[in-house]
Amino acid sequence: MAKKKMLSDGPDWTFSLLEQYQFEIDRIAKSFRIDTYTNQIEVITAEQMMDAYASVGMPIGYNHWTFGKKFIQTEQTYKRGQMGLAYEIVINSDPCISYLMEENSITMQALVIAHACYGHNSFFKGNYLFKAWTDASSIIDYLLFAKNYIAECEHKYGIDEVEACLDACHALMNHGVDRYKRPQKISLEQELERQKSREEYLQSQVNTLWRTIPEHKDNETNRAPKFPSEPQENLLYFIEKNAPLLKPWQREIVRIVRKVSQYFYPQKQTQVMNEGWACFWHYTILNTMFDEGLVSEKFMMEFLHNHTNVVAQPEYNSPYYSGINPYALGFNMFIDIKRICENPTEEDKQWFPEIAGSNWLDTLHFAMENFKDESFISQFLSPKLMRDFKLFHIHDDEQESYVEIGAIHNEKGYKKIRSELSNQYNLSNLEANIQITNANITGDRSLTLKYTPHQAVPLADSKNEVLKHLYYLWQFDVKLIQEDSNGEGKIIAQCPPSRKNNTDIEKAS
Amino acid sequence: MANFIDRRLNSKNKSTVNRQRFIRRYKSQIKKSVEQTVNKRGVTDVDKGENITITKKDLSEPIFHQGKGGIKDRVHPGNDQYNEGDQIKRPPQQSGQGNGQGEASNSGEGEDDFVFSISKDEYLNLLFEDLELPNLEENQLDKLIDYKTVRSGYCAEGVPSNIDIVKSLQGSIARRIAMTSTKRKSLKALEEELTELKQDKHEHIKRIKAITLEIKQLKAKIAKVPFIDTFDLRFRNYAKEAVPTSKAVMFCLMDVSGSMDQATKDIAKRFYILLYLFLTRTYKTIDVVYIRHHTQAKEVDEQEFFYSQETGGTIASSALELMIKVINDRYNPREWNIYGAQASDGDNWADDSPHCRQLMSKKILPISRYFAYIEITQRPHQTLWQQYIQVQEQNSHFAMQHIKTVEDIYPVFRELFKKNIKQVA
Repeated sequence: MAKKKMLSDGPDWTFSLLEQYQFEIDRIAKSFRIDTYTNQIEVITAEQMMDAYASVGMPIGYNHWTFGKKFIQTEQTYKRGQMGLAYEIVINSDPCISYLMEENSITMQALVIAHACYGHNSFFKGNYLFKAWTDASSIIDYLLFAKNYIAECEHKYGIDEVEACLDACHALMNHGVDRYKRPQKISLEQELERQKSREEYLQSQVNTLWRTIPEHKDNETNRAPKFPSEPQENLLYFIEKNAPLLKPWQREIVRIVRKVSQYFYPQKQTQVMNEGWACFWHYTILNTMFDEGLVSEKFMMEFLHNHTNVVAQPEYNSPYYSGINPYALGFNMFIDIKRICENPTEEDKQWFPEIAGSNWLDTLHFAMENFKDESFISQFLSPKLMRDFKLFHIHDDEQESYVEIGAIHNEKGYKKIRSELSNQYNLSNLEANIQITNANITGDRSLTLKYTPHQAVPLADSKNEVLKHLYYLWQFDVKLIQEDSNGEGKIIAQCPPSRKNNTDIEKAS
Repeated sequence: MANFIDRRLNSKNKSTVNRQRFIRRYKSQIKKSVEQTVNKRGVTDVDKGENITITKKDLSEPIFHQGKGGIKDRVHPGNDQYNEGDQIKRPPQQSGQGNGQGEASNSGEGEDDFVFSISKDEYLNLLFEDLELPNLEENQLDKLIDYKTVRSGYCAEGVPSNIDIVKSLQGSIARRIAMTSTKRKSLKALEEELTELKQDKHEHIKRIKAITLEIKQLKAKIAKVPFIDTFDLRFRNYAKEAVPTSKAVMFCLMDVSGSMDQATKDIAKRFYILLYLFLTRTYKTIDVVYIRHHTQAKEVDEQEFFYSQETGGTIASSALELMIKVINDRYNPREWNIYGAQASDGDNWADDSPHCRQLMSKKILPISRYFAYIEITQRPHQTLWQQYIQVQEQNSHFAMQHIKTVEDIYPVFRELFKKNIKQVA
């Protein structure tokens, strides 16, 4: 192979140099069958990066004070030098928008292009969760629609009203996600068209639901059917469709927040994989460039220095330790999968008979496309990696005066550690399990929610505040119950705060 | 397969609206913070923004999340000593080692204050919100002494440099159309007749000749209408318009007799700073005149005003007299908005106080826009206060307040300038 001309290693970058790098990276990425959305690479300043931070990765965000607060926080910590800014931000959209910071050296820009524009981008396009739950081509349009709609509402109904509504929705944002039902994909035009008819339709539905005229006299003797018939975990969806007194525009805002939450949900579920995948590819692509003689040793030194910082995993007793670093875990798992494919040991063959010795590129793509963090770890975390990380499991039961080591990185503990680590990334265990069990549509219109604790972990005190927000949306009594050891529902929070005897009645019934 | 876009020149303040929303929402907390900080400022940093502190608790955005307790299973890296089944004493809560990342960050435990800075404008807006300069409207009219040249339409006469070409040529076109319309009408009729006659089978030599001549004459007449005439010329007209003066002078009067200690002076200084800042919002240029007095008054610079020590008795009227003198010498009340602020600990030579009242109500108040007297003392009021009370009863633009400690300054200031219909009336 003819030796290629080495690309300049900067440290300054120019647009033409960026293009050369991008061209080479693109060529190498294609050779590894990396399939991406078209890249739109935007060079921005540090201040613009802070703007991007503040809008939590939404390229077009509606206006709300919480983004202002985030901006001020970011600005403060950045200016004091307590925090460096990320080198890039990448948005799950088609074309895939990535932001590069102006301050980066050419090495860092190349790293970022390989990492974001090829790593993350292909993950967005290939992973089943993103495919099923997000629609990259329409998100920008939708966010634009949301921004304009909310601005219009502010104009019509006043900033305070809209702000209160958004506050309430944000409080319930994590509970505005469908975990199992698949949303439909629609375009902006359809969205606009449907929005109008939806307003009218929704209101009419609600009116039917809450109609006070009794339909049949003789039905009164029967117990009214339970509503909702099944517990509902998507609180915002339930409110959007059923809250009795919400105005049409408020329903639309609930919907917008719900949609945004849903859009980000896959990112929460695939943090380890997504970062691991992106790190694996920037590492692989830039090393390939070095092998081809495209980049200098100086370039590689700078790159490796940054790379090792990113994928470093401090140990549990280090002052820098703050949990498992998703970059480190993800990167090492993908590297490990490649190793298992290429050079399997006896142990690997026993643990991963189906992938040991297989084509590594096929396996890697398969893993990227079909898993989320939880299943990815339980499927691919190898004993070797557990030994390398020296993983150990701590079982902390509040009832005991000590914590217990549940398992360590030995033959006996591998399976236990693997399943525990997998659970650690199971969002349904991490987020509070709260479901709407009953809306009393024939009586006092009160709403009952049930908290089902995971491993006896109680709900944090913020619940009272959140209930106030829920009450704002529902506008009738809201109760949060939790089953005690006897299986009886006990009110743990309610809004408006109980008139004392309320709980007694509840117990008696 | 990639587009590079240089966004660096795009507006960077994408978050400005959100930032303003934030300030809007937390206005009450921010204002409290502003009020606390105002007393800590020195005279040199009046033009800066301010750091605002809000307790984090007020800013929290609650979500449902799991609390402490129950059973927690965690996997950690870097085992160096443990074996399965080991029982370890629970590490203290705040170490965060026993807890994973999730709990530590979610629990909202950190009660640190949320500190951020606001710009000078934001600061002043918050500081002086709901405050106004009293009597501004009432006195506005008799202060119309500055003139501004403004455009006011067009006129037919003027100097060549003021010719408005477009307007003039429009006039020219209109005039030419008006003056030639009948001629061109008959010209058109004649021309039509001529073509008709020429196409006729019969000969009309005589008529054709006559028409041709007539056409020629008409064309000459039309051509004679001048392209542009002095009549067409339009000149831009300017008029002088009276505008209220944007100049203000602020007199700072302070007693520096032995009874005024540095702490009292500092309080007075804070008050002057506030007044100065407040005036900058209304006036473009502000002169500040510092007059200090004991038994004699003297005009001094700022440094000397606040920091030099002198002792002696107190004759407050000397300062008022000097103020009147300075006004007469340098600040014509028709051109300047005159503001006065007098600070004293209330000590005055008893016989002098009635004289002060006379000077105040007869000489100073009629030409001032506003005069504020603050008395900084822990002791009961003396003669000067009592005399000034009479002044206050008769004059709406004289105000007096009593300050006991540093904390009183801002509330007192607000009290003086709060939007109040009664004060204006």
